[in-house]
Amino acid sequence: MLKRLLAAALACAASFAAHAEEVDPADWDQVLQQAQGQTVYFNAWGGAENINAYIEWAAGELKKRYKVTLKHVKLDDTAHAVATVVAEKAAGRDQGGSVDLVWINGENFAAMKERGLLFSPGWAENLPNWRYVDYENKPTITTDFTIPVEGLASPWGMAQLVFFYDSARMEAAKLPRNADELLAWAEANPGRFSYPQPPDFTGSSFLKQVLLEKADRSVLERPVDEEIFAEATKPLSDYLDALHKVAWRSGRAFPQNYPAMKQLLADGELDIIFAFNPAEASSAIANGELPDTVRSFTFPGGTLANTHFVAIPYNANAKAGALVTANFLISPEAQVRKEDPAYWGDPTVLSMDKLEPDARAAFASIDLGVATLKPEELAPALGEPHPSWMERIEDEWKRRYTAEN
Amino acid sequence: MLNRLGPTLTILLLTGPIAFGLAGTVLPALGFLPALDGMKFTLAHLRDLFSEPAILISAGLSLVAGVVTAFLSLLAVMLFVAGFAGTRAFGRVQHLVSPLLSLPHAAAAFALAFLIAPSGMLARLVSPEMTGWERPPDLLIVNDPMGLSMMAGLVVKEIPFLLLMTLAALPQVPLRETRMLTASLGYGRVAGFVLGSWPAIYRQIRLPVFAVIAFASSVVDVAMILGPTRTAPLAARLVTWMNDPDLSMRYLASAGALLQLAVTGLALAFWLGLERLGAALSKRAAIRGWRFNQDALLRAAGLAMMILSAGIVFAGLATLALWSFAGLWQFPDALPASFTLRTWMRMLPSILEPLQTTLLAGLLSTLIASVLAILCLMHEEETGRRPGRGALTLLYLPLLVPQVAFVFGLQLLLIYAGVLATLPALVLAHLVFVMPYAYLSLKEPWYAFDRRYDWIAASLGKGRARRFFSVRLPVMTRAVLTMAAVGFAVSVGLYLPTVLVGAGRLTTVTTEAVALASGGNGRVIGVYAFWQMLLPMMGFAVATFVPALIFRRFRGMQV
Repeated sequence: MLKRLLAAALACAASFAAHAEEVDPADWDQVLQQAQGQTVYFNAWGGAENINAYIEWAAGELKKRYKVTLKHVKLDDTAHAVATVVAEKAAGRDQGGSVDLVWINGENFAAMKERGLLFSPGWAENLPNWRYVDYENKPTITTDFTIPVEGLASPWGMAQLVFFYDSARMEAAKLPRNADELLAWAEANPGRFSYPQPPDFTGSSFLKQVLLEKADRSVLERPVDEEIFAEATKPLSDYLDALHKVAWRSGRAFPQNYPAMKQLLADGELDIIFAFNPAEASSAIANGELPDTVRSFTFPGGTLANTHFVAIPYNANAKAGALVTANFLISPEAQVRKEDPAYWGDPTVLSMDKLEPDARAAFASIDLGVATLKPEELAPALGEPHPSWMERIEDEWKRRYTAEN
Repeated sequence: MLNRLGPTLTILLLTGPIAFGLAGTVLPALGFLPALDGMKFTLAHLRDLFSEPAILISAGLSLVAGVVTAFLSLLAVMLFVAGFAGTRAFGRVQHLVSPLLSLPHAAAAFALAFLIAPSGMLARLVSPEMTGWERPPDLLIVNDPMGLSMMAGLVVKEIPFLLLMTLAALPQVPLRETRMLTASLGYGRVAGFVLGSWPAIYRQIRLPVFAVIAFASSVVDVAMILGPTRTAPLAARLVTWMNDPDLSMRYLASAGALLQLAVTGLALAFWLGLERLGAALSKRAAIRGWRFNQDALLRAAGLAMMILSAGIVFAGLATLALWSFAGLWQFPDALPASFTLRTWMRMLPSILEPLQTTLLAGLLSTLIASVLAILCLMHEEETGRRPGRGALTLLYLPLLVPQVAFVFGLQLLLIYAGVLATLPALVLAHLVFVMPYAYLSLKEPWYAFDRRYDWIAASLGKGRARRFFSVRLPVMTRAVLTMAAVGFAVSVGLYLPTVLVGAGRLTTVTTEAVALASGGNGRVIGVYAFWQMLLPMMGFAVATFVPALIFRRFRGMQV
């Protein structure tokens, strides 16, 4: 008797929960209503103080305007959030999942999309603020690492590989303009260039930049074909073999990540470093971590670029709240603050042409800092290879270079 | 009644986590992991392990680090004690070295790194005047492939530990008499000590030496800061596998932990061989009648190693302190161009939570360990049975079994129990390591208590509880607080158990500092290293000043 009662109660609760979770992104007023009082667990990489502070600010605004509580679950690797959702699906927890919103792109997005772990059908293009998004001119907003986004994730910011140097030590005229010139420069200046040890993502990005410049790009847009992998990546391994001979510490050790490279530039150990955020150098100067003579440059032929997104897992507990959060994150106001190096310095996903005049003026008045290239000075964006390449290249790097030789 | 529970509880708390933890490591390595549907015995994971690139090099690095670290630290301590025991210099150096005991390994490693790196303080001090370096030389010093700087970082921390252990053993040998005897036979100071007193002392500090070998052969935090990065030592590679979000990597990690167990075992076996060799050599020297009376150089070497090891750490810590207040600080400037509080201000909000966890885990585990240690000692006293060699080994078990080998399995169990990353689980994990130190540091002072005070109180008709709380505990305030300070310092310094059991959600200043190490940002590391240094010191400050305050009117209780 008691058992039956309990079962009935559970079924009742489940149906109630299922009912409560029926969210229609097209009906925004209802979404706003449902979102009130919800708590959104935002799983986002928590390794940078300025980004954490930005998310804290967003949490305050969301609370004030929409009565949504945003909790930042600080990850050291986004793959952990994916693993959580995978585990929940395996355990049959198809509702009330612990991840509501996740900061994502590349192989993690591909993995979640492929396994059907994302809230679908596409919702991002139904967000009210989508009308400002520059999807016409920024192809990486609709295609992430060659994977069609299909509205399963909402863009948050842009990233592009840029290089930094100290103008007090180097002449701008002598800067390399592509990967080959970089190698030639490194050979002329042994010990002054390195890259973070893969699988650090800045380091892997450098490998992809070289690959994009030296390999057949059409092959890279498709999933890795094992039969041609060795041949397709031979230019990269030849390049690295040559580079390591003249790299910092003769390639026997590598910086662990971008901040380590930044420190090495400040110490004068490295002459050229690179980051995936064009505003990094300016904010480092403002923090006294780099001398104010540091400047940015880029490869005129194009550098690796991508977009980072927020996505909602299929079993999220607070879908309405997550939608409201995603929409707020692409509001002109939130994007202006994000592009300001005083807060974060992450380039916007919005189109200046689509904005209202006062929002456009707000963007124009941002002081990007002395070391930041203006958007029009940035090189053309090179699209990311298919996510499977990153994985295979990292494995291959590990296989070839883990041991001293 | 309660104190009869003490030893039982202690044994359960020490052996339970280790036994279950080892099982949780060994079974997945052989293919059993029900959570991932692993139900079949297989050697495939061990095969996978050995097909990992350069895995044997990693294992070899760990093996060598274990033996070399123990050998060098022990050699320094032995030569120093041989040359200087009973002199004034001895006391001075002892005071110099002792504070280092409470410093977490990670902080000492940071100190070394910021001193000896090509852009470190040493290079800055002599550049460009003496070296001509306008820019840091391209030298691989920190993270060198042979692990030399890692071993140096371990040696500077193990010297104070072994010295303290030796000091505890010294009163039990007739040092002066032996020295007079050997001197009258014409032996040099060092040779006389090594042949006459050392065998008896070494027998007493053998377990601590084994603990050093086990620790150094499986160290993670120091390896991550100073150790080789390409072909990292085994334990450091294991931890990246353990933290891999791909759960199937747990099989590989378990297999690796099994290998770690074997490597540490091998290092210990190798050491046993060295012991034999040492014994044979000294016997031979004794039989041949070699006197080694010209040993000034050896004695100087012993003193130099002691002073150098402490000096390096203090200089490194000073450098880190400078970094934490530095504005822009370019090579080769010996001082920052400007000083600022900005790093401290910016770090303050993010350091509060780790700080709180550090304090809570440290205080709770220390409190429990203190109560258990006292109960055990009371029980021993009442039954009149001192723990034998077996019981002592049991107590040392958490220090002899490599941490990775059982904490990883323990983590799996905690996941099953659904208590991973909770404070009670963290306190339990810390307790395993705090307990041995708490007991060992209280043992001597406990037995030194003059029991006649107790008898007098009893003859006045006071009950047991009253005697304990009004007589024993007050008299032992200093010893108990020192024990608590030792336990707290151990807890603050624990890296691996905190990382694995805290699972990234509970972080302490030590785990945060090591996580930031890869960024090489001296300012941020400086702030964390400061807290790592400050917290244990505060513990010892309490242990020093509180008794002084309480006993300010009791002349007999003052030191």
